[in-house]
Amino acid sequence: MTELYEELGLTGEEYRDIIRALGREPNRVELGMYSLMWSEHCSYKSSRAVLSQLPTRASYVLQGPGENAGVIDIGGGLAVAFKMESHNHPSAVEPYQGAATGIGGIVRDIFTMGARPIACLDPLRFGDPGKARTRYLLGGVVAGIAGYGNCLGIPTVAGDLYFDACYDGNPLINVMCVGLMPKEKLTKGVATGVGNAVVLMGNRTGRDGIGGASILASQEFDETSQEKRPSVQVGDPFTEKLLIEACLELLDKNLLVGLQDLGAAGLICATSETAARGNVGMKIQLDDVPLREEMEPFEIVISESQERMLAVVEPKKLPEVMGICEKWGLNAVVIGEVVEGDILEFYWRGEKVAEVPASTLANGPIYDRKAEKPSYIEQAQRLDTGNLKHPEDYGQMLMELAGSPNLCSRRWVFEQYDHMVQLNTVVYPGSDAAVLRIKGTSKALAVSCDGNSRYVYLDPYMGTQIAVAEAARNVVASGGVPMALTNCLNFGNPEKPDIFWQFKEAVRGLADAASFLELPVVSGNVSFYNESFGEAIFPTPVVGMVGLIGNLAHHRTIAFPGGGLLVVMLGETLEELGGSEYLSLLHGMVAGRPPALDLKMEKKVQATCIEGIRRGIVLSAHDCSEGGAAVALLECCCAGGMGANLEVKTDIHPLYWLFAESQSRFLVTIREEDLSAMQELASVREVPLHVLGRTGGDHLVVNDWINLGVEEMTKAREGALEALMSGGGRE
Amino acid sequence: MKFGVVVFPGSNCEADCYHVIDQVLGQEVEYVWHHRTDVSSYDCLVLPGGFSYGDYLRCGAIARFSPVMEAVGAFAHEGGLVIGICNGFQILLEAGLLPGAMLRNTSLRFICRFVNVRVENAATPWTNRAHEGQMLRIPIAHNEGNYFLDQDSLRRLEEEGRIILRYCDQQGEVSEEANPNGAAGNIAGVCNEGFNVFGLMPHPERASEEILGSTDGMVIWESVMAHHGGKR
Repeated sequence: MTELYEELGLTGEEYRDIIRALGREPNRVELGMYSLMWSEHCSYKSSRAVLSQLPTRASYVLQGPGENAGVIDIGGGLAVAFKMESHNHPSAVEPYQGAATGIGGIVRDIFTMGARPIACLDPLRFGDPGKARTRYLLGGVVAGIAGYGNCLGIPTVAGDLYFDACYDGNPLINVMCVGLMPKEKLTKGVATGVGNAVVLMGNRTGRDGIGGASILASQEFDETSQEKRPSVQVGDPFTEKLLIEACLELLDKNLLVGLQDLGAAGLICATSETAARGNVGMKIQLDDVPLREEMEPFEIVISESQERMLAVVEPKKLPEVMGICEKWGLNAVVIGEVVEGDILEFYWRGEKVAEVPASTLANGPIYDRKAEKPSYIEQAQRLDTGNLKHPEDYGQMLMELAGSPNLCSRRWVFEQYDHMVQLNTVVYPGSDAAVLRIKGTSKALAVSCDGNSRYVYLDPYMGTQIAVAEAARNVVASGGVPMALTNCLNFGNPEKPDIFWQFKEAVRGLADAASFLELPVVSGNVSFYNESFGEAIFPTPVVGMVGLIGNLAHHRTIAFPGGGLLVVMLGETLEELGGSEYLSLLHGMVAGRPPALDLKMEKKVQATCIEGIRRGIVLSAHDCSEGGAAVALLECCCAGGMGANLEVKTDIHPLYWLFAESQSRFLVTIREEDLSAMQELASVREVPLHVLGRTGGDHLVVNDWINLGVEEMTKAREGALEALMSGGGRE
Repeated sequence: MKFGVVVFPGSNCEADCYHVIDQVLGQEVEYVWHHRTDVSSYDCLVLPGGFSYGDYLRCGAIARFSPVMEAVGAFAHEGGLVIGICNGFQILLEAGLLPGAMLRNTSLRFICRFVNVRVENAATPWTNRAHEGQMLRIPIAHNEGNYFLDQDSLRRLEEEGRIILRYCDQQGEVSEEANPNGAAGNIAGVCNEGFNVFGLMPHPERASEEILGSTDGMVIWESVMAHHGGKR
């Protein structure tokens, strides 16, 4: 047995803990269960202690972390469920199916809570865009997200996409789903009521994804990675769509006690988590699990076949439940019952093949890993721009940035996603945040995701704070008040002290920024072991933000809405280039300190912007981020098909004014007659305000620094990604 | 006027069509589950977009065997008004209620965006409130909208005025650049011989409210309502 536990990814210490929990040696089936449930992916054994510092409460939080998704109350009897997750390793092995099943998993998390999924967001990170493999992975991932998400009829409304060589061997595919429900329909993944039936719904169980959680998600990549292809599951969006409709109908008719999806670690995860949450046991007959092929009992309990749900049902309601499943053409089988105690028992051909306490499976070990500040940081932070040769033609530089892989238009990606189905999408992908109206109300949601890993690499604490601040800023620019956030924390191997230091610092930054901005963290996901051949990715926390627009009329986009308006900058530009797109693109450097962030100023600038929007003064708003004010201006022009004439009065060097990625800034447009009112809003909050010039014409003119046609800028932005994807790479 | 929105397993625009008919048009509307065999109580049937049966075999190829399709066929043969949008159009093709077939988009990618279409025949139940040559801005969202028909049949369709919508550019020109998916003759929508069955790839329900960026789809709904009102 000693060899088997090691093969399954367990340590000797963990094996001894299992013996202690059982009071005996585990058999093969039980060992398989523990190896999955105690894997990093399922148990959060390295991260749980660190994550406990995150703020999770607010008066409107209905469900914080620990369930399938977080849920917030948005008033009027409505609630919003949302969560972000990763599907990095499966997508690196098989991009289409990896990404597709990532969507499947996160969508199940949302409708399991009783919410109808209304939007998906997809933050993606890929390697060097010049490499053929990057294009293959990006093409496959986007097609997979489209193939699955479009079929479900859930609009993919936002996301982001960054390229960096650090993701060459290990791309990041994060997926976020947002759902809407009547508050009283909030459902939990809890098994209660001794004698209640345990029902398995959806697809048959097969050998696909055996051990996905431990094999793929909890190990680094190396030359054997391609052999892991059989561990990637295959998606069936049609069945998922039927599951959504059937489950929402079952919940609508109050026919279920509890509902849980089968994701990582399949049946064993779903049964142990629901039983542990409800302090009950279960008796499961594995012979009753519908199989696609002949399987061993340990394979049945750990299979990660997709599109399956576990429901707990009162016996008297079974006929109605079965009737609804039949109507939707779904398999639904009673596979067991809820029993007293906390023991999970599994039977196979009349024999008991496993008997384990549910809580010992669901609550795995907790580690306090060693953390040590990596040696690269101090060196990387030492940036001397004095020796750099800066270009003199700022216009040409802006054009180069506009057409660069990280900043060019994402149209090639989001046009492959159905971003309009369900008739809620008021602001499409390409603005700061997507805006979704809520039918039957005057409200809307603003949703956005963010995470600049370059900043986090240079300073994990500061970089992660910036991710929170920027996601919130994006929601504000769209007219929303940020309410709560979810996150996906993508890091390398936590057993390495320098990686774990990055993780701890990032979580500290997340906690501090979220606390200061009063944004509860209601759900999230940790993805470790994002390494290939021993090289870790940049630490990449991604933040997903949900905000509420109380009055749909207050939604805003980045587009200059007309001519003759004043262009105003809220916030201050500093002489900083650390971690900037400019440095990376033009000098091939990831160096310096990330832009400074003063959370107090951030809060004030956001408050000024949202108040300006509410009063009808601010007509468009865009936050300044990668590429600085110059790129932000270009985006406002291109989105609105409108030029601007700006005379910037500043003491700082034009290079900084144009390309510094200083935080806590908005570019807004206002009517001239509203200027004093806007100044008042800013000055009472001590927010710097600079009038830059006016919209109008078909050129963007900034002093004698920049003079570019809107059409020419649009061309540079729009065609770049498609050109990149159609080849011409170095490999 | 009473609409029936047919729901197949995998349909995903049925709620959108329902919303527009109910909330925007203020007309009576019901869902019609694909097992139904009697659709005689409706004035107009809508086959909505989506991925019926996952589009696994071929778009619309399985849905056309649904029990309801026999009833839809009979309804259409008696002159009943039937509109198929996107996947609904594909189902009507598979069922033989409209001529032609769908190939994958020439880009081999799903495309979701606003396009311009030109009204080619304004004397139909679906376009009588538009004028010939009118340009409509309506979104498409599909993987298989590359309409195919052999040359003879294409000519016949043209002669009979059964090509209702063609993709065009901002100036209303039917050009290759304005063709998003490779469709023969830039065809975006066609009718049967009796003009009571209409299939189109663009989604008029997505262009029926100002807040969603266009109300150009309304002309199709308003036309069919006017046609029905005139008939009564």
